[in-house]
Amino acid sequence: MSARIGWLLVIVAALLITLDGALYTVSEQQQVVITQFGEPIGQAVTSPGLHFKLPFAQEINVFDKRWLEWNGNPNQVPTRDKKYIWVDTYARWRIANPLLFFQRLRDERGAQSRLDDIIDGETRNVIANHNLIEIVRTSNRPFEQAEEIEDVMEVEEMRQVGLGRDKITRLILQRASEIVPDYGIELVDVQVQRVNYIESVQAKVFERMISERKRIADRHRSEGQGKSAEIRGKKERELKVIQSEAYRKTQEIMGRGDAEATAIYADAYNRNGELYEFAKSMETYRTGIDKDSWLVLSTNARLFRYLQSPNAAAESSKR
Amino acid sequence: MTDDRVAFDPEDVLRMARKLRSKLPRSLGLLILAALIGLGLISAYYQVEPDEVAIVTRFGKFVSTAGPGPHGKLPFGIERVQKVPVERQLKQEFGFRTTRAEIQSSYSKDERTSAESTMLTGDLNVATVEWIVQYKISDPYKYLFKLRDVEETFRLMAEASMRTVVGDHSVTELLTVGRESIAAKAKELLSNLCKLYDNGISVQQLVLQDVDPPESVKPSFNDVNQAIQERERAINDAWAEYNQEIPRARGQAEQAIQAAEGYAVDRVNRAKGDAQRFIALEEEYRKAPEVTRQRIYLETLAAVLPAAGKKLVFDERAKGILPLFPLGAPEKQELKP
Repeated sequence: MSARIGWLLVIVAALLITLDGALYTVSEQQQVVITQFGEPIGQAVTSPGLHFKLPFAQEINVFDKRWLEWNGNPNQVPTRDKKYIWVDTYARWRIANPLLFFQRLRDERGAQSRLDDIIDGETRNVIANHNLIEIVRTSNRPFEQAEEIEDVMEVEEMRQVGLGRDKITRLILQRASEIVPDYGIELVDVQVQRVNYIESVQAKVFERMISERKRIADRHRSEGQGKSAEIRGKKERELKVIQSEAYRKTQEIMGRGDAEATAIYADAYNRNGELYEFAKSMETYRTGIDKDSWLVLSTNARLFRYLQSPNAAAESSKR
Repeated sequence: MTDDRVAFDPEDVLRMARKLRSKLPRSLGLLILAALIGLGLISAYYQVEPDEVAIVTRFGKFVSTAGPGPHGKLPFGIERVQKVPVERQLKQEFGFRTTRAEIQSSYSKDERTSAESTMLTGDLNVATVEWIVQYKISDPYKYLFKLRDVEETFRLMAEASMRTVVGDHSVTELLTVGRESIAAKAKELLSNLCKLYDNGISVQQLVLQDVDPPESVKPSFNDVNQAIQERERAINDAWAEYNQEIPRARGQAEQAIQAAEGYAVDRVNRAKGDAQRFIALEEEYRKAPEVTRQRIYLETLAAVLPAAGKKLVFDERAKGILPLFPLGAPEKQELKP
């Protein structure tokens, strides 16, 4: 009985091992190439689920079905206008033809190194043939508040782009895409992740930025002074206008008053000029003579004639 | 059977062994069965949190999605479950990292974050830009199965998008008026890339945080702001002076004109008064000229003589005598011939 159990166990074990060798799963993320004695046979298996193969003779080689990463290392690349920059690109690719991929590259490590060559190569080519501005700008949209900077900035920075960043990366993608299908690879996208100046160029750029800002600041300050001087000048001029106008008017008014008064006086006093002189003189004597005044009078004054004699009036008329 | 030399009965041993053997497999089997059932139950049960969705695959193939709550699946790895937080607002930070998210969050920056934030502007200047992206997983299947490193790729896409947009703006725009439009454009670019890569991510918000010129350049940028302020202040000061002095001068001018008019009126009225007085006198005088004249004369002398402090009456006939003027003497003096 134990022998029977023993044989049963062995048979079951053998069956299980065979089953294990004949069944395999493919996940949503995977695609499989079957190799028989090391050589690939048949089409790649891309549909997910449970699949069968020949146990022991056939082996599965699993590849990723998803979009895979290629994160290039930053490259120091010169542009056409001799600016040295660090360019950091990335790409996303997938194994479009796993069979071909397996035959040409074997595994992902092979693919990464091949992609390094291809994409870095195309990147260098494209960048070396274009000016820096093409890799930075996408469009020629005018900058706001450019007026204050325009004549301050160096002309080359304001140069227009012919292609622009987007078209440049499309160009790199297009060129690389022509090469990679030979390896069973499809490139979905290439992007420039980063573009930066190299150290020495950056230092110069900073200097330029500082002097640019200084020019802008100086311009603001001188504008401020200019405008404020203008306003002050305006103020001075208006002050003069107001003051001289006022003077003219006051003189006019006072003159008119004087003239009118003079006319009134003349009109009245002309009736009897001598009477006016007499009355006015009398008034003047009253106000002009005070306790500090000396009065020198002659005894011949008519006022004193009655001092001489009570009948002085009659006597003088007789004489 | 009274042979005490035998300790046990071999028959009994065989009987005992047979009894054990029949019992053992059964109880062991039961134990193993129970363990298997237990393990099966554990691996068949899973729970989905309220903000999650579960993707169920059978032998690697996608079969269904499961919503929040308790669920069952085929055990022992036949069916597998991956949970994806679809309702949660997720965030990626660029140029800085939040180290403690509280009311007063604290942030850290290092070489890596400064590499993320340094970028070229459209006028070929350099700036540092910090920003965040808030997003949700809109399609869990795509999120799991389309790209191998979804999150890292998403970060690269975000950096590329931001740099593209910043590269099309001047540094002045970036620091001042262009912030909103730059953030909006970057968000649009990133969303388009998400569509292109079909990564199952939906971008909710892209917000700029600190945007600065590089450290060594900052002072000169600040100086520009200062210069603008100085300019404004110079202009405002000048206007303030103007607004202070001009109205005052106008007021003074008005005042002078009014005074002049007052003077004119005063003069005319006085003249009228004086004239009227004289005319009245003249009319009376015409009626009795000699008497009026005498009267006025004598009235005047009557007022004047007492008022004069010093008087001297001398005779014209006295000739040859030097009249002495005792200046300062109070009484009247008479010189005798």
